[in-house]
Amino acid sequence: MAKKLRVRGHKVVLNRSAGGDTGITIVLALLGVFMFLPMVYVVMQSLKPLDELWMFPPRFFVRNPTFKNYRDLFSLMDTSWVPFSRYIFNTVFVAVAGTFGHLFLASIAAYAMAKIKFPGGNAMFRFVRISLMFQSTVSGITSFILMTMLGWVDTYWALIVPAWCSTLGLYLMRQFMQTNVADSVLESARLDGASELRTFWTIAMPMVKPAWLTLIIYSFQGLWNQGASVYIHSEQLKSFNYAIGQIMAGGIKRAGAGAASTVIMMLVPIAVFVISQSNIIETMGSSGMKD
Amino acid sequence: MSKKKAVIRSDMTRAQWTWNEMKKNKVAYLMVAPYMLLFTLFTAIPVLLSLGVSFTDFNMLQMPNFIFFDNYIRLFLDDDIFLIACKNTLIFAVIVGPASYLMSLMVAWFINELPPKIRAVVTLVFYAPSISGQVYLIWGTLFSGDAYGWVNGTLLNLGLISSPIQWFQDADYIMPLCIVVALWTSLGTSFLSFIAGLQGIVRAMFEAGAVDGIKSRWQELWYITLPSMKPQLMFGAVLSITGAFGFGGVVTALCGFPSVDYAAHTITHHLDDYGGARFETGYASAISMVLFIIQVGANKLIVKLLSKVGN
Repeated sequence: MAKKLRVRGHKVVLNRSAGGDTGITIVLALLGVFMFLPMVYVVMQSLKPLDELWMFPPRFFVRNPTFKNYRDLFSLMDTSWVPFSRYIFNTVFVAVAGTFGHLFLASIAAYAMAKIKFPGGNAMFRFVRISLMFQSTVSGITSFILMTMLGWVDTYWALIVPAWCSTLGLYLMRQFMQTNVADSVLESARLDGASELRTFWTIAMPMVKPAWLTLIIYSFQGLWNQGASVYIHSEQLKSFNYAIGQIMAGGIKRAGAGAASTVIMMLVPIAVFVISQSNIIETMGSSGMKD
Repeated sequence: MSKKKAVIRSDMTRAQWTWNEMKKNKVAYLMVAPYMLLFTLFTAIPVLLSLGVSFTDFNMLQMPNFIFFDNYIRLFLDDDIFLIACKNTLIFAVIVGPASYLMSLMVAWFINELPPKIRAVVTLVFYAPSISGQVYLIWGTLFSGDAYGWVNGTLLNLGLISSPIQWFQDADYIMPLCIVVALWTSLGTSFLSFIAGLQGIVRAMFEAGAVDGIKSRWQELWYITLPSMKPQLMFGAVLSITGAFGFGGVVTALCGFPSVDYAAHTITHHLDDYGGARFETGYASAISMVLFIIQVGANKLIVKLLSKVGN
């Protein structure tokens, strides 16, 4: 039986018709335009001088691009009561400490739940998964009482520790441990006398690298975008996003600075995304598992 | 997953066997302990407490009284706005849930076919709208209610309308627009997990499939790709459910609260209203319990549907 083989670049691909490739490219391009145009508009708005922002008829593209909005934003930052670098430090510190603590605690628990059979393991996992369906609005009061009892109100702890036990990360890691880590590999490591902790760290974790890179992206980004928190009163501990929001509250005359701040807020998560995504592709390329 | 033990041990009771297993797997308990301890403290206890509170009239000022199912009865028989919220939430969930899920899956699958360098760029294009907390506010600028909004301005300029449309204040447009914005931001975490899941599938599986008579990419998707990433599919489904039923933040940011004529009032809004603004904590807890039960039901349904994948 003759198989249909096609060559893409220098690679032979299976079961890929040219017609299908074209169709998919068209669908992807149309969706991409829908996703991307509003993002282009964000950048355009941030580069428009004030008279173009309030011009009739409005234009999509900027005519006389200027960085004045960015300069305005930075000079507004200078006038803040607490130095702006402090807000940035707060957010970066919370985001980094929260993300890595979460990655570590969730991964090690996920490994045990997915790969070691022990009484109660599945029940624990089910409980964590089902709690994802619960809206946290009403548990706010209980959490606040708890934070008060722990003495964590108005400290970094109140922001960082809850991030460590976020439910999504455990769920994600558990699912990937299940598909990507073969039991046979773990068995032979155990037979060789490796401890569970060692097996987890040197064998399982490298196999689920795409999962933990994904976890880093969304956890970092969630913490980065965190605004005002009910647990924090001191201005010195407040977040970058909160401070930016205070600037934007200035109304119409700040429309330009507001657009600029949206772009600035996006830059760091995008950088984290690009770094980790390029990492995923590298691992896949070098491991010989794929292409 | 745990397999049923086929061997029946006569030399020990079930409790003894469990105890032995627990002792043997001490290390597993140590591994889950830090996470589970924090999880219990910050998630499990608050959730269980609000289940209890939902049967009381707690209002943050007076000592709560136990009132049995009064909150639930009031919700369904005496709160017209809650019923509107339920209707809107269901409309959102039925449209946005499956649409965002399928879109994430399909786009991730299409992207996975691209060469690695292009793949990273295209992933960023699709993921960018979810990357920043408030970037969706740009839709408020595009569809601004005055003549300076790009959509109004363009329509006015072309002579298609004679006066600006108050897009986010008009009950006719609120729902469709919010659905579009929700879809725009929907290629988020589940999308990333699909991409990561697709990358974990071993290439040899596809070659073996081709030998076994798989004839098109669609057969390959259904018989090989999807079955090998079922855990990721389940993960994405749970996220789509919580995203679609918990929808509300975008509406509040774009239309204000409450939305005109409650046209886009969802259960989450109702919950925030009673829990955050009116401090009727008992009643709010009952609302969140109803939402919770609806989501668990939806989850059950999806587990059933996903079990058909690959058959």
